[in-house]
Amino acid sequence: MTDTASNVPPLLTHTWSEGRALRNGVLTIGAWAVALIAAVPLVSVLYMLIVHGGARLSLELLTELPPAGFEMGGGFGNAIIGTVVMVVIATIISVPIGVLAAAYLAELGPDSQLGRVSRFLAKVLTGFPSILAGVFVYAVIVLAMGGYSAIAGGVSLAILMLPTVVLTAEEAMKMVPRKMKDAALGIGCTRTQMIWKIVLPTALPGILTGVMLGVARVAGESAPLLFTALFSNYWLRSLSEPTASLSILIYNFSSMPFDNQIELAWAASLVLVLIVLIFNVLSRLFGRAKY
Amino acid sequence: MTVVQPLKGEAPGKPASAKSGDLAINCNVSKIYYGSFLAVRDARVPINKGKITGFIGPSGCGKSTVLRSLNRMNDLIQGFRLEGDVHFLGQDIYAKNIDPVVVRRYIGMVFQQPNPFAMSIYDNVAFGLRLNKFRGSYDERVEHALRRAALWDEVKDKLKVSGLSLSGGQQQRLCIARAVATEPTVLLMDEPCSALDPIATRRVEELMLELKKDYTIALVTHNMQQATRVADITAFFGVDISKGGRTGYLVEMGDTEQIFQRPRKQLTQEYISGKFS
Repeated sequence: MTDTASNVPPLLTHTWSEGRALRNGVLTIGAWAVALIAAVPLVSVLYMLIVHGGARLSLELLTELPPAGFEMGGGFGNAIIGTVVMVVIATIISVPIGVLAAAYLAELGPDSQLGRVSRFLAKVLTGFPSILAGVFVYAVIVLAMGGYSAIAGGVSLAILMLPTVVLTAEEAMKMVPRKMKDAALGIGCTRTQMIWKIVLPTALPGILTGVMLGVARVAGESAPLLFTALFSNYWLRSLSEPTASLSILIYNFSSMPFDNQIELAWAASLVLVLIVLIFNVLSRLFGRAKY
Repeated sequence: MTVVQPLKGEAPGKPASAKSGDLAINCNVSKIYYGSFLAVRDARVPINKGKITGFIGPSGCGKSTVLRSLNRMNDLIQGFRLEGDVHFLGQDIYAKNIDPVVVRRYIGMVFQQPNPFAMSIYDNVAFGLRLNKFRGSYDERVEHALRRAALWDEVKDKLKVSGLSLSGGQQQRLCIARAVATEPTVLLMDEPCSALDPIATRRVEELMLELKKDYTIALVTHNMQQATRVADITAFFGVDISKGGRTGYLVEMGDTEQIFQRPRKQLTQEYISGKFS
């Protein structure tokens, strides 16, 4: 006990004998350890990709077509283009729909029946098995168009991207302070003007983060593309023909009995990670809050 | 009014009668409900042109509710319902054919918390002008508004800087500049100084006295000294807890000097002498 009544000063130095200090120490070390364990998979995957895929990284990869069986060299320029094109299609489809849906959820009808139902469905869709998106698009678009295509691939990726965009954009718009929205209405904005002129620009960094999360999620998807874009060993000539993608190339080449193809699969994995990283950095540069 | 180009759009109607000619707003609220909760009753508050009308009273007395119903800001709150009428220059703003968005362009508002937009100082002030598709010199108009808000000298070299980078007092003056840029007829101020330090409060008060030459101001304040310093006319609101709820109502209204020196009601006397708050 403290005895400040007498003139003995209280003991203020660190002591491990107290249970409180001991528990604090143990828990701190525990938290550190768990944080390190959580970082292990990511770091080791990156390490592996750099070790195995880094060696083959060259300009050739970007400019050449995939090699056949016993060929040496080659690249996967068509797969990079295919992945980027399909991700762009998915973004073009899902971002306008997702952001406008989020505007409805956040501003116009947050507690309406429609709002509640669509928010629930968006949450369900985040856990939607990606292969089912592929099967769905196969039935609706591939069969109707009469063949595999980049468009079908893009649509299946858009379905997977949409819920992420909706939910993160809704959160970002809700973060715009109420007082700022009041100011907009107080100066004579309609609700539409408030959303376009104040809420969307202010929430832009958060919305872009959501778009990036969506892109990162779908860029590496292979299951839906198997049913929709399939693969191609040639350069992309039109959006309505089978299209190569990095993820399918990795899938195909990694199971081949040729060293050259396996090396390319590693390099393609590294390139895929780099593409997602580049998208990420770019969106952060352009989406940074200006004011 | 100072000579500036008028905004596009029709001017509000002329006063309906000679009697209400010196009134900017004739607020004739008999009841305001939020859902089934009776928030305010019997608030007949005439707002005189070119004067500062102060609304004082204890917490929960409905002074802010009444103020916000003067430009239909309460419409945004679910369950809001108003019985009675509010005439702005002779027109009932709660009439069926009135567009509340247009009303708010004539009756501007300054809020309790400074709330500049996340954009540059210049764009903050120009926002309302752009909204009204103002044609004319934006630079001139922005400078004019910032001068009116006594902020020009502090920000003239950094108009492209974020409005959010300013101090709290500067932000509030920026909000005032934003509100006056579109030359509204009436300015509603909802405790504009409650988030400010005494020096910033002082500046905003001086500003209000300056602004009343051109604008009609209705001011909600929690601070009785502020009411005595700036308000020409004071409305004192009380809370009626007799029926279980907390319903605000207008106790009395008169020249500020009369309210604070010779209140007619016992309740007013007790409030201004600090017996309750």
